[in-house]
Amino acid sequence: MSSFRALWGMPILLGVLTAAGLVLGLLGDGWWDVAAVICLGIPVAVGAWHMSKPVRGKR
Amino acid sequence: MSPANLRRWSWIHKWSSLVCTVFMLLLCLTGLPLIYHHEIGHLLGNEVEPPALVAQLAANPPRADLDSVIAAGQARYPAKVMMYMSQEADQPALWFLTMGRHANDPNFVSIAIDARTARYVAEPPIEGGAVMAFLFHLHVDLFAGVPGKLFLGFMGLLLVVAIVSGVVLYAPFMRKLEFGAVRHGRTARLTWLDLHNLLGIATLVWALVVGVTGVVNTLADVLLQVWQSTEIAAMVKPYEGLPPPAKLASMEGSVARAQALQPGMKVGFIAFPGTPFASAHHYGVYMHGDQALTAKLYKPVLVDAGTGQVTDQRTLPWYLSTLLLSQPLHFGDYGGAGMKFLWALLDLATIVVLGSGLYLWLKRGRAAKAKAGDEARVQAARRPALAREGEPQ
Repeated sequence: MSSFRALWGMPILLGVLTAAGLVLGLLGDGWWDVAAVICLGIPVAVGAWHMSKPVRGKR
Repeated sequence: MSPANLRRWSWIHKWSSLVCTVFMLLLCLTGLPLIYHHEIGHLLGNEVEPPALVAQLAANPPRADLDSVIAAGQARYPAKVMMYMSQEADQPALWFLTMGRHANDPNFVSIAIDARTARYVAEPPIEGGAVMAFLFHLHVDLFAGVPGKLFLGFMGLLLVVAIVSGVVLYAPFMRKLEFGAVRHGRTARLTWLDLHNLLGIATLVWALVVGVTGVVNTLADVLLQVWQSTEIAAMVKPYEGLPPPAKLASMEGSVARAQALQPGMKVGFIAFPGTPFASAHHYGVYMHGDQALTAKLYKPVLVDAGTGQVTDQRTLPWYLSTLLLSQPLHFGDYGGAGMKFLWALLDLATIVVLGSGLYLWLKRGRAAKAKAGDEARVQAARRPALAREGEPQ
């Protein structure tokens, strides 16, 4: 894996998902809103997981 | 990144954040209940509900004549004039009338009239009651009107600078770490640095969008003034020098003519003569669509308030469309309960990013002082290395 992908891969993925969620919600109701919540929910879940994941001890 | 560049971006990140952090914390804290203002208003009994109709009417609800809706308001406040009337997209059974002693009365009243029977329903408290109004003003203008809004807008711009510089700094800080690494067991500062980086990058695009749309919203009054002095001024040019109409034309007829020109669109709100959204000679009828996106955008139709004839209709200029689309993107009110909940979580995450940023700066100051003291005493230094721990080399 290139160092660029290692560093920026995840941030870019989360950013694209957030942007997609914000736009999908605007474009329609019903399923569009469900898709928006899923897209926007992933960055929140990823942040929450890494924040609260079990401590692996000293690195 | 060269050491000089790193210092430069660190300086930008430090000062843009420090100046705006207290205000951003205030905006996050007051914004949290505002996400749920409808639900809170409901709990406090400040939300108006349309009364139940008798059975034979409920099956096929009637639609009251708009002139009788206005008359119901006038009957309650004979000394006041109409300023606006509006309908919420999801509540077609109510009209909300805004009335004042004159067309620009800041001490207006708001009353709800049944859109089916033209009966008075309730007078909901302005801005959702004292507590919500307090939070609302802290969030929007710091009780300082347009200058307060513009000040918060400037703070929002600093937040955008802080976010962008934070992204630039993310690379040197995270180069040797995998995504989401949170180092425990060394110093508390190091753990909080990792959390700051993690939550900062995970909420990046959301914070940027809410920040930028917040800034756009602070420009609402300015943008409206630009529109009034250009397009509205042009639309009412033929009326120059004429006295305003002595008797206002029928609203029912005026709206019917506006609607005939925009089939499929509904009335969002109507501005009465003399208000900023109309002219001294016109009703401003603001129509919107019923699709998710078109419901957010308005199409203004100007109706001669003396004759009830449509005189002009335009599409909103790009800057007002931008403003209208900035509102849902800032409020998070367009994707149901799930989106509101995520908005609240992202707001909380932003509070952690702001708070940890402040903590990192305070600790850095203390660490630097300790280092200076150590050096002054010419002690063998294992500490300075620790003090700068977590900084890129």
